This record gives sequence, C-alpha cells and structure tokens, in this order.
Amino acid sequence: MTALLNVDALLDDLEQGLRRLLRERGIEQPVLIGIRTGGVWLADILHKRLGLDEPFGELDISFYRDDFSRIGLNPKVRPSHLPFETEDRHIILVDDVIMSGRTIRAAMNEIFDYGRPAGIILATLIDLGARELPIQPDVVGQTLTLKANERVKLKGPDPLSVELRQADATPAKGA
Amino acid sequence: MSSTPALRIENGRVIDPHTGRDEQQSLLIRDGLIAATGSEADAAAADSVLDAAGGLLTPGFIDLYCNLREPGNGQKGSIASESRAAARGGFTTVCAAPDSSPVNDSSAITHLIRDVAERDAPIRVLPLGAATKGLSGELLSDMVGLTGAGCVALSNGSETLVNARVLRRCMAYARTFGITLMLHPQNQALAADGFAHDGLVTARLGLLGIPEVAETAAVMEMILLAEETGVRLHLSQLSCARSVDMVAQARSRGVAVTADVAMHHLLFTEQALADFDSRYHLQPPLRSEEDRQGLIEGVRSGAIGAIVSQHQPHDPAAKNAPLGDTEAGLSSVESVLSMGLILVERGELELPALIRALTTGPAQVLGLTPPSLSVGQVADLCWIDPQARWTATAETLLSVGKHAPLMGTELPGVVNQAWVDGEAVYTRQD
Amino acid sequence: MTTTDASARALQLNDQGQLRHFLTIDGLDRELLTRILDTADSFIEVGERRIKKVPLLRGCTVVNLFFESSTRTRSTFELAAKRLSADVLNLDISTSATSKGESLSDTLLNLEAMASDMFVVRHSRSGAPHFIAQSVTPGVAIINAGDGRHAHPTQAMLDMLTIRQHKGGFEGLKVAIVGDILHSRVARSQIQALNVLGAEEVRLIAPSTLLPTDVESLGCTVAYDMRSGLKDIDVIIMLRLQRERMEGALLPSEREFYKVYGLNTEKLAYAKPDAIVMHPGPINRGVEIESAVADGPRSVILNQVTNGIAIRMAVMSMAMGGQRAQRGQDAEGQA
Repeated sequence: MTALLNVDALLDDLEQGLRRLLRERGIEQPVLIGIRTGGVWLADILHKRLGLDEPFGELDISFYRDDFSRIGLNPKVRPSHLPFETEDRHIILVDDVIMSGRTIRAAMNEIFDYGRPAGIILATLIDLGARELPIQPDVVGQTLTLKANERVKLKGPDPLSVELRQADATPAKGA
Repeated sequence: MSSTPALRIENGRVIDPHTGRDEQQSLLIRDGLIAATGSEADAAAADSVLDAAGGLLTPGFIDLYCNLREPGNGQKGSIASESRAAARGGFTTVCAAPDSSPVNDSSAITHLIRDVAERDAPIRVLPLGAATKGLSGELLSDMVGLTGAGCVALSNGSETLVNARVLRRCMAYARTFGITLMLHPQNQALAADGFAHDGLVTARLGLLGIPEVAETAAVMEMILLAEETGVRLHLSQLSCARSVDMVAQARSRGVAVTADVAMHHLLFTEQALADFDSRYHLQPPLRSEEDRQGLIEGVRSGAIGAIVSQHQPHDPAAKNAPLGDTEAGLSSVESVLSMGLILVERGELELPALIRALTTGPAQVLGLTPPSLSVGQVADLCWIDPQARWTATAETLLSVGKHAPLMGTELPGVVNQAWVDGEAVYTRQD
Repeated sequence: MTTTDASARALQLNDQGQLRHFLTIDGLDRELLTRILDTADSFIEVGERRIKKVPLLRGCTVVNLFFESSTRTRSTFELAAKRLSADVLNLDISTSATSKGESLSDTLLNLEAMASDMFVVRHSRSGAPHFIAQSVTPGVAIINAGDGRHAHPTQAMLDMLTIRQHKGGFEGLKVAIVGDILHSRVARSQIQALNVLGAEEVRLIAPSTLLPTDVESLGCTVAYDMRSGLKDIDVIIMLRLQRERMEGALLPSEREFYKVYGLNTEKLAYAKPDAIVMHPGPINRGVEIESAVADGPRSVILNQVTNGIAIRMAVMSMAMGGQRAQRGQDAEGQA
C-alpha cells in the first residue's frame, strides 16, 4: 500500500526554508553535505536549486553508527567524499528522514573529524518525530506521524518519490 | 580330573581364519580350551549357555603394536587402563611397544612389564624389546637378555634407525639368535622435521611434509639388508602403496619379510589433517587416497599380514596445541574393530580378511601357535555384535587417551564379550 | 567443496555469513573478499582526514600476540587498531612466556583474564591461529597476522587492493609469483585470493626446490625460467628470499638465484609493457630484485603500506562486527 507525497512541493518548501535561514544568519557561501543514500539525492537537487558553486559532499556514516555492536559493520559501506575543507565553514547537512536522531549524531561526529565547522544547519525532507536524542532539524519539508506499523522511504534518484507502506516483520531502522 | 564349569555359546557365526571355517555353530568352552564345536558342543552338558544369535565369534585379536605407557608417569595411561581398553576392543593379546619411559631395553624393564601385566592386565601382554639401547639407534641392546626375559621381538619403536651400518649389524646380530626385528621404516634425513604427508594438504596448509620416499627408500634399504643378513624382518606400520609392492616383490623372491599397517591408515588419508585436527597427527603420516587403496590391497593379498592398532594414548595437553607442536598418535585400540567394519560395510575389505589380519596374521609374525576356534585350542576369543552401534566420547572411552578417531559419530560393531583362557575378561556394560 | 573449504568457512563466519575470525582466504567467497576490498577503500578515505580515526572499536581491547617478532607487521596492526579507537596491547611472546615453557593454551587462559576482544596472532606454526580460534572464549575475534608457512591473509588482501587499484579488477589478469613459494605463507594466501577473485592465471616461477609438492592443486601453473614465466604477465609479485635457504641446500647461492630469478630491467621486459611489480617486503636488493626496478616507475611497493593499514582496519572492524552481531543473535535466541 503506497501513499505518495508531492516531493516537488516538499523540495520547494525545503529550498525556501533554507534560503530564509541563510539570509537570517547572514551565511553567504555554505557547503552542502548529503547523508547516503537519500540525503545525497536531495543534496544534488538542493545544490542546483541554491546555485552553489562548490560541489556538494557525500557522507557515509557506517563507521560512526551506534548499532555496530549489535549488527556489525554495514556491508555496503562506501567512502565518504567531502571535496572541500570544512574548517570554519557553514554546512548544510541534508537527510531524507529524521526519526530517532541517531543518524544525525553519527553524521555530526564524522563531520567534526574533518575539521571544526563554523556551524551546521540540518535540513530533512520528512520529520517523523519519535526522537530519541535532543536533535532537531532547522528546516523540514513535512512532518508526519506514522502509525506503529507504517514505514516511510525515499525512492530515487530519478524520479524522487516518497513511499509510505505497511510495515512487514522487519524491525524499524533507527533513522 | 575335575572340570571347571562349561560354557556353551550358541547360534554365533564362527569365523576361524586358521581353518577357513565360516559358519553358524555352537562352541563349548571348558578348562580354558575350546572343548567341542558344532553338534558335539550342542550335545555336551553345559553349566551355562549364551545365545550369540546375530553375533560373530572369532579368535581373540592380537595387536603387534600397542603403547601401554607403562613404565611411565601415568599421565598417558597404564598397563591397567590400556589393557582394559584393548580387551574392550576385542584384543586378547597385545604387544607392548618398547618406547615406554624408561625404554624397554633391559631385562629388568621387561620383567617389570610382565609383573605389572600379570597383576593388572586382564589380557596377555607380550613385551617388545628395544633393538638399540634407549632406542637411540647407536648401540645394540642386550638382545639375548631381552628375549630371554620374555620379549617376543625387538623393535625400534617410533624412532628411526638413522645409521645403516648400525642397522646392518643389528640385523646380523638378531639373525644369529633367530630374533625377529620389527622395524618402522623411515629415512630420517628425508623425513627431517616433517609431520604430515608431503602432498595436497601440506601444499595447502603449509605443513612440514614427509615425502613418501622417506618411507620407500628405508623399506628398500631394510629389505636389501634383511636379504643379505637373513634376519626375520617385520616392517611396522607401512603408509605407502609402493612400500607394499616392494614387500610383495621381496616375499616372492623368498625374503623373510612381513609387514603390518595401522588400521587408521586403511580408513583415513591426508585429508584428515585438512582442518589442523591434531588427533590425526600420526607417525607415519596419513597419506594419499592412492596409498590408502594400495594398503587395503596389501591386506587383501596378504602382502600385509597384520593390522595393528598403533594405539598411542596421550594426556590432553599433548594434543592441545598448534598441530606441529602436538605429539603423534591416536587413541585407537577401542576403535580398531569399528574402523575395520566400516571398511567391510563399504565393500573395501572382506570380513574374513579383516579377521585374519587381526588374528592369524599377527600370530604368524610372532611365530605363535595359530589362534583357532577348533577343538583343543586355547579359548581366547571374542563375541562381536556387528550390528550394534556405539559412540566414542571422552566418557565412553576406557583408555586414558581421549583422542580417538571419529569421535562423536556412531560407529558399527561392539564387542559383547572377550575371553582369555576361557575366562571372560571383558563384558559389554550397557 | 573440499573439507578444508567447508570447515575453514564454518570457523571464520558467523550464522549470518559475516566474518568473525580472519584466519585464511581458504573457503571465503568472492563476495566477501570484494567486500573486504570495498571496506578498505572507505578506510583509505578515513586516512586522508584530519582526524584519521573512527569510533568503531571504542572500548575494545586488541592484543597483538606475536610469537614471532615482526615490528613492521605489528606496527601496521597497531596503527589500524588505534585508528579504529581500540585499546592496543602489544605482547611479544617470542621473548617471554612460551620460551619459559608455558604452553600456548596456558598463555591464552591468562590473556583472556584481561578481557580482550581480539587477538592478532603471528606464530611460527602453521595453524596456530586456527587452534586459538577453536580454543578461545566465544566472542573473541582472531586475526591471523601470519602463521608458519600457512597463510598471511591480510598481506594477500592488501596486495589484492593494490592490484585492483592499478588494474581495475581481476578478470583476465595474469599474475606471476616469483621466488620461494615453498616457505611462503604470503604466496599461499595470494594464490587463493587471486583464484577466488577470478584472475585468469596464477603462475609460479621458481626452482623445484622452492615449490611445494602438488603445488598445482592450489590453482596455479608453474614455470622454471623468467623468460617463459613472465610472458603476457600483468602483475609480478617478488617474494623475499631468506638466507637460510642456502644452508638447507635448497639453493646454491644468492648470486645464482639472482642470475636466474632476480628481477632486473632486462627480465622485466619479458612481461607486458604495463606490468606492475610488487613485493611484500622487506626487500633484499640485489637478491630478488634490482634497485632500479624496486624504485622504478612500474614498482608499486610503497603504495602497499597505505593499503596495509586500510585492509587491516577493514578486516578488524568486520570481524569484530561479526562477533558482536553473533552475540546479539545468540542473546535474542535465549530471550
């Protein structure tokens, strides 16, 4: 069972929200980092929409996940790729869905290993609530409250779509 | 003359290699002897009767090479523990390997072994003396003294006789007194530090190999020297198919040479070491499948007259180390029959050939009266249930050595009872 | 599948097929070896960061258990463990316990009391890491850092990483391994890895005295001279020649070995024009390889050091992860 959200409309909201925030904070040359996999697709689109010159970065948080001691190393880990210095830069961190906040914690830890950024703005397409850590996005496309058996997933990269479906037996992944 | 109680064993399949008899009939045992067979046994009065239906009745097995570990420090076993294990395996006579600690190279040690065996062993224990002092391969032992004290043959144990000149003199001296030499052939320079068959598994696991030629070169040398000196030579525990061929050729030209093989060499190959399983660290090493086939063929043809247990019990620490640091040998004496029956089940060996190599074959090597289940013969025999199954585990094994082959898997063949001089020396417990 | 494949696989993998010990290449499939290489690629990127450290093994104790001393290999493992945030203890056993007669199993019992999570083992006996993996407490990962003549799987995997970086992959690749194959744990692991990863041909070039009996059964061909041996070769791996080989009557002299098998510019020309030259080190210049070749443009010997740390990080984190995941699974099963 699939319910589609209008991704373009959400991206419009994200773009406008980010532009407003950057203006308010007086940030002129931010760098964009997407978290694999969905966050990278979104970063690609936002990078074009915001008209940024520098290429965007890709973050693979596998080495920083806090569930390593329960499930082992992600077999599909790929190198992170940040084609710029992060020291003293304003970073826009992009992910598709935020729930527990654990992914973002891992991503911030990883970013700090590249250098000390001036600041990080968090943008997520969807916020599902159910937070387990004190981490909040600065810009959100849409807030959703899921029933216990519902799951949401970003499909892509072309076209992007959000899939909402009834959960099967697989346990929820801490997003 | 008053008689001891008579026992009639009925309905068993009697396999008697000496007479070639293989039929279902009764045996009557009285005064330590086979008193009657067949209809005469059925007609005779008996104090007790055993129904051996479905079972085999064979002469008691004779083992030409068994380590009883006494004298020794007791950690690896004793005459009491290992002779009981042997009785459970169907053996009523075992030759005690000379590499005890101290080595059996004097009549005092031989007497000690015989005295302890008289007291502790339910079965017959025949000591093998050391062919050289301390088994060092340098000085001849007191051969006449040893055989006079009761050694049935002299052996180099698991050591190799490095020096061909000493070997030749050893043979010439033994020949003078009609002493049988039981030698394990291995060219030490070629074997060097090896502990596994130089072949597929050593290539893969990087183990130190013993090439086949380390054995075959020594077999050839020993045969030539035996031919020249005229000694009664018995080659112990062959591992290579080519060795069997050389023995067969020598025998066909009249050389007084016999040979044996350890039962596990008929069942396992180099692949047993593929998982670094230290139990299968053996000396000589388990070799290729081709060699295994050749050894079985040797038993079938009679070129190899005897199958031995090469029982080598150890304390756990001796086997609990990286493969190359472990001691060689299996705790095998309780599993010989089962391994043999596996070969029979697979069709690789006929049952009568198996029994022959465990009874008349070894007796012939030692020059003993051929064991037989005919009237008037000594009642050393065993009753085997070939259909019964058992599992070797640390708990079920009687030997102090808990490193038996095929542990934890169900094995065919259980000895129900064994008799020496008509006295039951082992009775199945379960 | 031979018994070796099956049993080595069973010992090295957990119920979900994740690595839990890394003892040998034997029995591992192409997917897993590729995953090790891919994971190492990610760790190479970590090594280029300002903070070259990830938190995967935080709170884990890794014991470098070297029964045979090797500063170079031990340092790479130590650095790899530290970059994974583990606590590292280096034990040079060759000079302590066992030389006083303590058995390996007693040494292990003592070490387990320190609540170690991983042993990196080097031992002069083939199979020692297998033995340790079979005897340690469940949950402790064993990494083989070289055992006797048997295996040196992390060295082989770093060589595979180097080859993949330079040649893009293994399909159609012809690799020559030159020198003392008989005594080489590295060569055994390389032959297995190249076969699993799909190289077209592994060719050994050595005199008969330095080749194991039945060596072709490992999946390779044999050549006795460099001209025919290096024909059409894409990758040349030179092995180190130990001085003791002369004493054991395996070779007449270093000079003669160098003359026949030493890699110089002239012999390098027999291989493909774009062939690369590798050496697991340490190099004996003028014994197995000429300096001009070792330091030349075709040599990738220095790359191998960076890759060594990344491969060890990959294998250590995968094995620790496999142990933890198994523990999670077992706990769930009991609950």
